[in-house]
Amino acid sequence: MSKTLLEIKNLTTSFRIGEEYYAAVDDVSLNLQENEVLAIVGESGSGKSATAFSLMGLHNRAKIEGEILFKGRDIANLPASKMNKIRGNEISMIFQDPLTALNPLMEIGKQIGEVLLLHKKDMSKQERRDYSIQLLERVGLPRPERVVDQFPHELSGGMRQRVIIAIAIANKPELLIADEPTTALDVTIQAQILDLMRELKDDLNSGVILITHDLGVVAEMADRVAVMYAGQIVEIADVESLFVNPQHPYTRSLLSSVPATDFAQDRLHVIQGIVPSLKNLPREGCRFKERIPWIEDTAHEEDPQLHEISENHYVRCTCYQHFYFPEESKEEQANGVTES
Amino acid sequence: MALLKVDDLKIHFPIRGGILNRKIDEVRAVDGVSFEVKEGQTYGLVGESGSGKTTTGKAIMGLNSITDGDIYFEDAHLNAKKGKKVDVRKDVQMIFQDPYSSLNPRKRVLDIVAEPFRNYEKMSKSEEKEKVKDLLERVGISKDSLFKYPHEFSGGQRQRIGVARAIALNPKLIIADEPVSALDVSVQAQVLNFLQDIQKDLNLTLLFIAHDLGVIKHMCDRIGIMYQGRLVEEGQKEDIFNNPQHIYTKRLVAAIPDVDPRRREEHQRFRAQVKEEYQQSFYDYFDENGMAHELRSISDTHKVALPERG
Amino acid sequence: MWKFIVRRLIITMPQLIVLSLVVFILASMMPGDALTGQIDPNISPEAIEQQRERLGLNNPWYIQYGDWVTGVAQGDFGQSYRFKMPVTDLMWDRMVNTFWLSLISVFFIYALGIPMGIISGRWNDKLIDQLITGYTYLGFATPLFIFALVTLWVFGFQFGWFPTGGSVASGLEPGSLEFILSKIHHLLLPGLSIALIGLVGTVQYLRSEIVDTKQKDFIITARAKGAPEQRVYNRHIFRNSVLPIAAFFGYEITMLITGSIFVEQIYSYPGMGALFIESILLRDYAVVTALVLLFGLAAILGALLSDIILSIVDPRIRIK
Repeated sequence: MSKTLLEIKNLTTSFRIGEEYYAAVDDVSLNLQENEVLAIVGESGSGKSATAFSLMGLHNRAKIEGEILFKGRDIANLPASKMNKIRGNEISMIFQDPLTALNPLMEIGKQIGEVLLLHKKDMSKQERRDYSIQLLERVGLPRPERVVDQFPHELSGGMRQRVIIAIAIANKPELLIADEPTTALDVTIQAQILDLMRELKDDLNSGVILITHDLGVVAEMADRVAVMYAGQIVEIADVESLFVNPQHPYTRSLLSSVPATDFAQDRLHVIQGIVPSLKNLPREGCRFKERIPWIEDTAHEEDPQLHEISENHYVRCTCYQHFYFPEESKEEQANGVTES
Repeated sequence: MALLKVDDLKIHFPIRGGILNRKIDEVRAVDGVSFEVKEGQTYGLVGESGSGKTTTGKAIMGLNSITDGDIYFEDAHLNAKKGKKVDVRKDVQMIFQDPYSSLNPRKRVLDIVAEPFRNYEKMSKSEEKEKVKDLLERVGISKDSLFKYPHEFSGGQRQRIGVARAIALNPKLIIADEPVSALDVSVQAQVLNFLQDIQKDLNLTLLFIAHDLGVIKHMCDRIGIMYQGRLVEEGQKEDIFNNPQHIYTKRLVAAIPDVDPRRREEHQRFRAQVKEEYQQSFYDYFDENGMAHELRSISDTHKVALPERG
Repeated sequence: MWKFIVRRLIITMPQLIVLSLVVFILASMMPGDALTGQIDPNISPEAIEQQRERLGLNNPWYIQYGDWVTGVAQGDFGQSYRFKMPVTDLMWDRMVNTFWLSLISVFFIYALGIPMGIISGRWNDKLIDQLITGYTYLGFATPLFIFALVTLWVFGFQFGWFPTGGSVASGLEPGSLEFILSKIHHLLLPGLSIALIGLVGTVQYLRSEIVDTKQKDFIITARAKGAPEQRVYNRHIFRNSVLPIAAFFGYEITMLITGSIFVEQIYSYPGMGALFIESILLRDYAVVTALVLLFGLAAILGALLSDIILSIVDPRIRIK
């Protein structure tokens, strides 16, 4: 029986634009078990990264409401001094762009050593260095005893991402947040980094929150998936249900807009309109409504809620029951829905 | 007939150093690349960073100086040293990767799109405006946008403005350098569909440069795989994806994430297997310097860089 | 590393040649020559012509240039016609004085400018930053010679806290403690005047570096490690922002030269700057030429120094 590691309850993160606050993350509830990979998928502006930054307490001037229960303790709005004991220690983060996420003027060894210095006060300088070398070896860098004295610009992108992972796992975190960890990397390097993350997760028995827009990465890594649109979770399910039996119109649209690796499809699905900006988010009714104007208004709920449609599979709003792609006829679609 | 023919293209960049800043070495960004693109075809040039794919594209546009080799466009020698240098800039246009930086932020849409034909055709202001309106309509941007600035558009819209600029002179060949890699999935779909439409409408030939094999597979008829400045495999889409011969191609194909989670373990096993093969048989596929061999035909359409037998 | 410095030095050579040519040509274009005004008008033109011939003033310009450069290379800048002594001897004391003035100015520029820049950058757009930024705008707008006059009048004459001229009180034994203290006392006010105006560039540069560095991704990495804010600033933001300032150091020299020319004159401080102005007014061209050459040399060496410092402190351009 796995333990619940993280429980997010009604998290709302708002940013101030001018005089008003606008919620970029709007009433998000999630939970994560030990050794589980939860992917949060969405496009830019969906609030997925804002969610991750809220968990780390890294937002500068945001208003955070709701609860973030990490091992039962609420860490939302924790004062910096307390949060600093958790960050880099029990919760750590892997970033998107390895080329900019390391301090260009600091040796690799010192950058890894810093996270040890901050959380393992009893380690000597020599011990920190030795341990940094071990970590570099653990993340698969060749000649770690040399790399430890090098500067970031002397390493390739893939190698730098390994260094960032070494920093993240240095204190054996229980929760690892990976924000688009492979977006900036070449495919073959991406595959290696994903393999490494999977391995490390099993070693450390950590829970992982994987933030990404890449559905391929999700299919490879995740146990469960939450799809976010305009600050809300619109669908959440285990990875197989989500890919095999997607329900929410946004999830379905997204899946059919990815060029697949089989030859069948010759036209990609295009979602109408554009992602609304934070200021212009539709705050009432179904937020996806304006992107699927051919679906009748009555199909949407007035105040869309997440509905459990099968075990642990939740979908927001009722419009999924009536959704069809404009390319298809309505009848075809009706049959499709009853089946599931 | 080939619209574009690249023959043994070499582009070497000097590395300077020492006290007098003399050339001490060179980077062989492109080192002997040959391929042909037929009219109306979409040719995909795939590779990872540093493979030389973008450098090749720029060389065709005349944006890089060529060390050696020849480029022919409709049988005109593009980089002829003597005699008539043919000006094909009108017929070859480029679409860039980043829709946020490839449009001048201080210029209006009208000026951006009209720029290419201002250089070539004399037009009155009103004719010009009409033509830009036509082009914008063609790429699905509202005609009212004429006097707007790039920052007023989303990434997908900007990329389409970039396309409007590229097709302004009725080019025959468009070189698209990673045109969708900076875009969100749904916007990417929009731009890809749109490129296909415009290609059909205008009978364009596309040279599509990308690192994303999924996108390449979706778009291209013929594909060339580049590795460290050389082609390792070239063939029709089916050749490359159903019957990859070079270990690097296999590795690239294996690295694409499978969007079906039910095949996850199978796919991981396959990838591990390919990785092992790659490590064990590296020198069966590459020479002692780790460079690819010369391409050899293994069927009418399919070429692979394998060492000479015997 | 050495290769880089050697290469950089080689590049400096043509700069020096161009500089010496420019200085020489400017000097020859000045009205009159070394004999003008030095000779009794009653002396016959033939005698003058004889003198000119003897001094090589009738030679083609390139021979004159060659003679001049040869002299300069041996430390011979010719004779000062006003002081009737070799320019080199004349400049030596002045150079030492200017060196100390520049040193104390640089000290104040960094001692005051760096904290101001750091405070301004860390709390950007807060009240304290607005005050500091406001001051830098004022500093940019205020000409140094006016500012120096004001400080001289206020602190020198009105309050009488500082001496109003010279480089040391008279009658003191050189080398004694009183002598050194008196030197410092004489340096403080002019040095501060130069620094208070001269530091505005440093403050603004540092501020914008810090504001810029604050937004960098690696700062988020540092916070995500659990580093307290103070450490994030000290280890990551300030360090990375001060390095470009270090590289700026060489260029400060150019600024100090301009500064010293006015300030030395105003404080009647016997340095090279004051000498420069006096010599121009008195048409002591040998001295002017020598000084222009020295100032130019200092500027070129300053740029060289900047490049070398940058190559040492920034690992990205450090050459192995």
